[in-house]
Amino acid sequence: MAQSNPTTTPPPGADTQIVPGHTEHTEAHSGAFPPFESSGFLAQLIWLALAFGLLYYLMDKVALPRIQAILHARAERLRADLDQAQAMKSEADAAGIAYETALRDAQGKARDIAQATRNDLAAEADAKRKALESELNTKLSSAEATIRTRTEAAMGNVRSIAGEAASAIVERLTGQAPDQATLERALDATAH
Amino acid sequence: MAVTIDPIEQFELKPLVSLGHIGHQQLAFTQSALYMFAAVGVIALITIVATASRSVVPGRMQSLAEIFYEFMADTLHQATGDGGKRFMPLVFSLFMFVLVLNLFGMIPYAFAVTSHLIVTFGLAALVISVVVIYGVMKHGSHFFGLFVPSGVPKPLLAILVPIEIISFISRPISLSVRLFANMLAGHIAMKIFAFFVVQLLLAGAWSVLSPLPLFLTIALTALEFLVAALQAYVFATLTAIYLNDALHPGH
Repeated sequence: MAQSNPTTTPPPGADTQIVPGHTEHTEAHSGAFPPFESSGFLAQLIWLALAFGLLYYLMDKVALPRIQAILHARAERLRADLDQAQAMKSEADAAGIAYETALRDAQGKARDIAQATRNDLAAEADAKRKALESELNTKLSSAEATIRTRTEAAMGNVRSIAGEAASAIVERLTGQAPDQATLERALDATAH
Repeated sequence: MAVTIDPIEQFELKPLVSLGHIGHQQLAFTQSALYMFAAVGVIALITIVATASRSVVPGRMQSLAEIFYEFMADTLHQATGDGGKRFMPLVFSLFMFVLVLNLFGMIPYAFAVTSHLIVTFGLAALVISVVVIYGVMKHGSHFFGLFVPSGVPKPLLAILVPIEIISFISRPISLSVRLFANMLAGHIAMKIFAFFVVQLLLAGAWSVLSPLPLFLTIALTALEFLVAALQAYVFATLTAIYLNDALHPGH
């Protein structure tokens, strides 16, 4: 290669004409198409072996175990976090249920207390009302009794007043007072 | 004034340090060797330096290393099952090495190491040697059952066994030529189309046509990036498939 280079490679930027046969000619001159230039094979294989061997060593001993460890650690971390989240969620659920129960109990108790209070108040009001009613009834009946006696007294007076008025009217009309017995009969007849 | 181009010149080995000769063979530290070690350096940068902090929440470079790792681990697992884990360093190293060397080739003025058949053949020979040596070590003569398809009538075997052997021998050739030819052809095509732009620009009125090869060159460049990644993947996948034969020669 080194010995053929001066003849094959034109200096860059030089005034050269496009000669169709030019490349063909130099290829023929240098012996081979560069990728098939066998004089470089051994060196390329040696450098390849060294470079690839180094790469394999680095990947095998350092890079891949490390990446694997990173991925493994991440998977572990995710699993642990998910487990923790799950535990927290069930804890929160339990707390929620406990809260619901407590709330329901408190509501029930409040309802009971309200009901009891309402019952007490109703009973008290009832008792008061009954006492008042009986008192009023007593007053009413005594008033009625008074009215009855007064009425009876009044009615007794009415009979004598009516008797007197009747005997006065009869006396004026006939000039003679009716006898007591006749008056009594007439009063009894009109009273019915 | 005219310009000349040699689409082949980019593949020439340039000795940086000459170390003498052994017969016809030139021993020299060439730019090709420099690129190989540079590739090792870049891979070490991504997979070792970037992972040094071992962060649970990865940075960009560590993510890249993890993505490559998981990608290759998946590929290897799909091809070989659980038994293939011991070949992870080999498959991963091959994939990264070929990928980085292919992508180096995409840098303007850089040298594509994988466009040299001897390099790709060296890697393919390594793969096949591992397959044969591991297969014989693990399964003994049973490994050669690989060449005898099961459930085939005896007279047919006389034809099938040579075919199987030829197919096995052609594996390192196809593995190395596929990568080499893809890189070589791609780089030559890019160079030629790019040179058309220059030629048309210098061709007077014809220079109005020069955007055409320019767009073609841009498209080809994108295609070559795809090829660079794809060929590295193909190389690693085929390696995994061949290793599967060493692990399970019965199939």
